[in-house]
Amino acid sequence: MNGSGLPSKELTDLQQRLVLIKVGVLVIIAFLVLRLWQLQVRDGPYYRSLSQDNRTRSIVLQPARGLIYDRNGKILANNVPSFNLYVELEDVKDRQVLIGELVDLLELDSAELAKKFHPKGTLTRVKLSGGLSLREAALIESHRLDLPGVVIQPEYQRNNPLGAYAAHVLGYVGEVSEDQLTQEEFQGLNPGSLVGQNGVEARYDGILRGHAGRKLLEVDALGHEKRMISVDKPQAGNDIYLTIDFRLQKLAEDLLGQEAGAIIALDPNTGETLALASRPSFDPNALSRGLTSQEWLDILQDTRHPLTNRAIQGLYPPGSTFKIIMAAAALETNTLDFTDTIQCLGGFRFGRRTYRDWKAGGHGTVNMRKAIVQSCDVYFYRVGHRMGIETIASYAKEFGLGEKTGIDLPSEQAGLVPSSAWKQQARGEPWYPGETISVSIGQGFVTVTPLQMTKVIATIANGGISPRPHLVRAVRHRETGTIEKWATPTGTSLNIHPDHIRRIQNALTAVVNEGTARRAQSALVSIAGKTGTSQVVSLRAVRGKEVPKKFRDHAWFVSYAPASSPRIAVAVLVEHMGHGGSVAAPLAKTLIEAFMELSPAPPDGETKVIPSHPFETQNPTKATHG
Amino acid sequence: MGERHLNRRGMDSFDWCFLSVIVSILFLGGLSLYSVTSDAQGSGFPVYLKQTLWIGVGALAFLVLASLDYHKLARWAYVLYGIGLILLVIVLVSGKSSRGAQRWIALGPLAIQPSEFVKFSLILVLSVYYATRVRYGWLHRMVLPGLLTLPGFLLTLKQPDLGSSLSFLAIYVTLLLAVGVKSKTFGLVLLSSLMIFPFAWGELWGSLYEYQKERIISFVNPAYDPGGKGYHGLQSRIAVGSGELFGKGLQGGTQSQFKFLPEGHTDFVFAVFAEEWGFFGSVLLVSLFLALFLLGLDIASKARDLLGALVAIGVVGMIAFGVVVNIGMTLGLAPIVGIPLPLMSYGGSATVVTMAALGLLMNVKRRRLTLLPY
Repeated sequence: MNGSGLPSKELTDLQQRLVLIKVGVLVIIAFLVLRLWQLQVRDGPYYRSLSQDNRTRSIVLQPARGLIYDRNGKILANNVPSFNLYVELEDVKDRQVLIGELVDLLELDSAELAKKFHPKGTLTRVKLSGGLSLREAALIESHRLDLPGVVIQPEYQRNNPLGAYAAHVLGYVGEVSEDQLTQEEFQGLNPGSLVGQNGVEARYDGILRGHAGRKLLEVDALGHEKRMISVDKPQAGNDIYLTIDFRLQKLAEDLLGQEAGAIIALDPNTGETLALASRPSFDPNALSRGLTSQEWLDILQDTRHPLTNRAIQGLYPPGSTFKIIMAAAALETNTLDFTDTIQCLGGFRFGRRTYRDWKAGGHGTVNMRKAIVQSCDVYFYRVGHRMGIETIASYAKEFGLGEKTGIDLPSEQAGLVPSSAWKQQARGEPWYPGETISVSIGQGFVTVTPLQMTKVIATIANGGISPRPHLVRAVRHRETGTIEKWATPTGTSLNIHPDHIRRIQNALTAVVNEGTARRAQSALVSIAGKTGTSQVVSLRAVRGKEVPKKFRDHAWFVSYAPASSPRIAVAVLVEHMGHGGSVAAPLAKTLIEAFMELSPAPPDGETKVIPSHPFETQNPTKATHG
Repeated sequence: MGERHLNRRGMDSFDWCFLSVIVSILFLGGLSLYSVTSDAQGSGFPVYLKQTLWIGVGALAFLVLASLDYHKLARWAYVLYGIGLILLVIVLVSGKSSRGAQRWIALGPLAIQPSEFVKFSLILVLSVYYATRVRYGWLHRMVLPGLLTLPGFLLTLKQPDLGSSLSFLAIYVTLLLAVGVKSKTFGLVLLSSLMIFPFAWGELWGSLYEYQKERIISFVNPAYDPGGKGYHGLQSRIAVGSGELFGKGLQGGTQSQFKFLPEGHTDFVFAVFAEEWGFFGSVLLVSLFLALFLLGLDIASKARDLLGALVAIGVVGMIAFGVVVNIGMTLGLAPIVGIPLPLMSYGGSATVVTMAALGLLMNVKRRRLTLLPY
């Protein structure tokens, strides 16, 4: 091999071509430099911020929610530790593979899981599942290297140790929805934060919620923590002491048992809500944990509507309990004097129709007292016919019907007090005088919530001063440890003469002693009350036959005790259980007796209900007791 | 004997310049490896120290190849190439696999990568082929050398090692360009398409349907992970871009330190460097490489004979292809084919062979004025 033997032309050709190759190399390197300029100089700040996001992770630290106690310091809602499964979306390499791995390890539905793989606002760490068992959490931790982005975070889980009791009062918690985030009261919340979704949890979310903390971490590519940059500790929420006496609450719910209905107990003097029971109920723990779509569907499609708080959302005709208002209106307007009598022959003929009394033969000669005691319909047909719908409506409103009681719970219903103006507007029809007659005994268009009727009977018990139902006695501030007692909201004095109230009170005492509510008679305490039976549909024609339950009447009983110096007002409504006297009255009696045993009257005759409170002995109380 | 030659002649300023460029690049590469691997726990001997040893071996290879007469070496070209191809067959049959590719032969505690040696011998073979006698006609000028290249190309493609097999192609095309096809239009098309290729790749690739890409890639590399590659590319661009003008400083690169950047000590070592040294550092490094190529091409143009010129061009072509494609993929200009950055990426075989090739370049330079004794 000898290079010297080759023609030198080949070499000179090549030397010329080398100039081109050099130029080519220069051009390519220039391209690389241009690209470097593009990445590092022109877009440098952009990539710099990307690299910073890459290695820092901001983790929201959920605060411990404030506790909820009953009036005696019994815990109704607290927090328990829970292992929650999170995924840091930025660290996920292959979503499908990851979902597959998770489904293999835990019993999760891959479709449900896939839906959650979306950032919430600016947060890229999203919760996939809550309430993992210790075993499951350990399983995930041991497979950490195969699950890039998956994090187990121990967090607080809202817990109602008493299960379904007081579920409607307490409510439950859930992740703040996108709708809620746009509202002012949820401003500044991180997406994915837990907020109260019903009941006291929702109404006083601002008190219970606390402030979320934030932890800034430096992480490596697998999302493993390298170093903590900063931590802003979460601030626990404040505790709430309710006016509820859990012993009464539990009894009230047990009394309803499997039946649908509501039982409410108020302190008529203060408006403190001692019990607010609604059945059927639900398990707030399951809702706070987070339901699957199927579980949600089951609850929403349940024809018994367990999520409805019947005490404040159930709308029922008041039936004969409405006669209390009718009596007061008649006395105030001088339509009839207390002693005026009418003849009851079992029906009231108006136009072409006869409005029947519940008692086929009629009550004979009836004055107001007897009309209330025996719940004579004909007497009140006449009263109502004479007063007219506008007068009835104005007195019903005076007692607070047709408007919310203002209890501190969300989604309260106002009910309906009909008037001719209302009918013209809502139905586009004039008011027919016959409709007044139905309203006179609490039927027809008039609807009320059980809480409204409790307020009505409490007003009578309280001598005409209408108390404001409420649920919170005090708030304990976590930061200072001080207990701030809330002032009792002042009641409204109705425009009813005290003499008239006293006469009605006497009649109501007689209802229990000798009238329709004899089954509420107690050996322990004198009870006053009024029964009611609200018609679901007009079924007089088929009486005698077995009526399907959903068409049967609702049973009402509104009462207070002791009759002489009332300390408790109780309303009972049981759906589709027939007569108030036979069904509802005994329940109220049991509850009232339990109350009398639990909190016997103070020896000095003081009538105010003050059971022992854990905080009563602690000093600084900010607000005064009204 | 080689040592004596060198000693006798001494070193002129060109040599010093050439050597200092090489040493500078090696040094910067070593710094980057130190930065990514110095805190690695457990694995015993740190990677940057291993690489220092390999550079030592490479320096020895450099000296040996600088002092041997390249004409003597050229006599063994076909034999070396043949041995290399046999080694590649052995790799395919009983090689050591790592991450889905079979590229290594175990040699005691070491794993050597024969494809690197085969590249080197291919430069010799093709140079000898063109230099022995004048090749006329496109069949002799183009097709036959192509057939010489093909076995090495296919055997590495099958490993699969797309990067290496493309290097074979690059060596062949570079030498073909150097000798010319004796057809101006053809040459022009070839030249321009070669220059455009790395930059047009993105567009070309992007115009394919997803399933077409998948098919092509899975043909070439069955272990391909579509999700993973996009991630690597992005992390690499973030690393480079976040270096901005002045860089984050030695061991300050968050992308590499926190392992967001994959393969920081091998394929993506440039990203590590660019993140820590910024735009100025990167331009300096790229300029060093440019200087290396231009000095190499200068050696070629001043070579005493065609063989020397072709060997020099082949060496520059091999290294330049590695540099351009590696940096191109790091910067998101070229597909991620898995090719190391010469003189910087960790890898014993590649380091030794690259340094040996540079020794050969030195050899060509040093003999340009000598009258051969035979």
